[in-house]
Amino acid sequence: MLIYLIRRVALAVVVLFGLMIATFLIIHLVPGDPVRAVIGGNAPPAEINRIRDQLGLNQPLLTQFWHYVSHTFQGHLGQSYSLGIPVGQAIDGRIGPSAALICYALLLSVLIGFPLAIYAALHPNGLFDNIIRLGTTFMFAMPAFWLGLLLALVFGLELHWLPTSGYSGGVGGLLRTLLLPALTLGLPLATVVVRTLRSSLLEVLGSDYIDAARSRGLSMRRIVTRHALRNAVMNTLTVLSVNIGFLIGGTLVVEQVFQIPGMGSLLFGAVEKRDYQLVQAISLLAGSAVVLASLAADLLQAALDPRVRLGGR
Amino acid sequence: MSAVDLVPGAGAPIVPAPSPSPSTGSWPRRIARAVRGMPLQAKVGAGILLFLVLLAILAPLIAPYGQNQLDFANLLAGPSGRHWFGTDAEGRDVFSRTLYALRLDLAIILFVTYIPLPIGVLVGAAAGWYGGVVDAIVARIADVMIAFPFMVLVIAVIAIVGPGVEGVLIGVPIVAWALYARLARSEMLVMREQPFMLATKALGYTDRRAILRHAIPNLMRAALIYSTLDMVVNLLLLASLAYLGLGAQPPNAELGSIIADGQNTLLSAWWVATLPGLVVVLFGIGAGLLGDGLSDGRRHGGSV
Repeated sequence: MLIYLIRRVALAVVVLFGLMIATFLIIHLVPGDPVRAVIGGNAPPAEINRIRDQLGLNQPLLTQFWHYVSHTFQGHLGQSYSLGIPVGQAIDGRIGPSAALICYALLLSVLIGFPLAIYAALHPNGLFDNIIRLGTTFMFAMPAFWLGLLLALVFGLELHWLPTSGYSGGVGGLLRTLLLPALTLGLPLATVVVRTLRSSLLEVLGSDYIDAARSRGLSMRRIVTRHALRNAVMNTLTVLSVNIGFLIGGTLVVEQVFQIPGMGSLLFGAVEKRDYQLVQAISLLAGSAVVLASLAADLLQAALDPRVRLGGR
Repeated sequence: MSAVDLVPGAGAPIVPAPSPSPSTGSWPRRIARAVRGMPLQAKVGAGILLFLVLLAILAPLIAPYGQNQLDFANLLAGPSGRHWFGTDAEGRDVFSRTLYALRLDLAIILFVTYIPLPIGVLVGAAAGWYGGVVDAIVARIADVMIAFPFMVLVIAVIAIVGPGVEGVLIGVPIVAWALYARLARSEMLVMREQPFMLATKALGYTDRRAILRHAIPNLMRAALIYSTLDMVVNLLLLASLAYLGLGAQPPNAELGSIIADGQNTLLSAWWVATLPGLVVVLFGIGAGLLGDGLSDGRRHGGSV
């Protein structure tokens, strides 16, 4: 386990470092001058040069990269010049709603996905199974913000069951105000869960040890919950962790649909103002979240499944 | 196999009846044969995609109005014979706008899907073939690109180049090649142990010939099947960016920006935001059916 742990953490560190290089290169190598973009194309060259100096943009690329890395490790993510405060401070109040929304969506996808997948796997090729197949194709094709608008139209504006915008604190307020956005993100994810879990369950249910359990006269409920699910859930865990990246991207957009004051509005404000320090920091943060999520999923899997940690893949 | 074959002959080898191999004949015939061999699901999917592509190509001929033609007499008119998708708050025909937007969006996603594809397959194939350090480096770079939330990366690019389609045209390929590279690499790791690839080594072929002539044609299938899903992901990304106002700028419309225009009048004029979205969904369903059908056919050993 220890060897696996060390190897997996080392890999995550390598990828995190790669992310730093990538965010740095994107800002510095993509055509377009961040300074000129901020202060306008016809500013005097001396003024542009002064700001470039101030931001350290006239130093060699490697020196700039070194500053970026060392500052990041000291927890200093740079200064947001559109807001006039440090980036860390700008992110501070905004990350909560976004993180809550992502967790809520994950929770809903599991709560909706698991029962449907189990039912579909126990009745393969039945009517319900086919409806689910159709539903997954449909969900996969739907833009997240569009699904959000439809949900807002039906449950918010027509039926008046749920609020369509805003955000309020506290557990109750959170669960209520974030329900529609979380459904918007969670429903497509639930179809991914259903698809993956259904096919792994079908595979597991066909194996010998399930036959053995059945011949011992165990109830189907017990076989599924105690024996089959434990093995089948691995793939689903991996697929969910792979989808964290999409979930983060989706969150940014869906926050805009429902006007939630999270990372989305911070990022789009930064893009509008060409505040590249803030954009860089948010990109790095989002990338790191994905790396850490996949690390967590792999470690959880290793803890649950001895084959993973002993296999030494 | 006929009964004649089973009669013990004078040691003559049993020759199977010549069957048309999938790689003979002129191109139209090969395509026709490939289409006939597809599962029904894939045919329906291909039909939907073809229909949408034709609509997009012929948009200027089909569209009943210009994409920015104003009609102040018919503001927010519901769907009717004159305006199939109704009109928006400025009296513009939503159907015409949708057709032009589809034209722009499909052109962009074809570019950002099929430019990185060959690059990624080539890089992945080389990584899988050579192994060792080359492989480790390519695999780690691909890991980093894939770890990035796609949308955040493209938005970061847009922050530098400014709103418009350039951000997508630059940002998506930066990541997309890595998806194909990873796919091709993992297939190559299996394929290089297969007899026909070992034979290229035994015959003394150069690495270049082994990869380009023998491995790539076999790797392309998986990549092309995956590309049907990739197109949908790219279309959804494009629509999201346009919805946020980061896509093509007026006077050009994208599907996402039409939907965003309709958001304010969602309650009084549902058609502006919902109907263009249905076009996106239709494309996704078509591509999904095609991709699923093709990969099912591949699993069952059918020809693609």
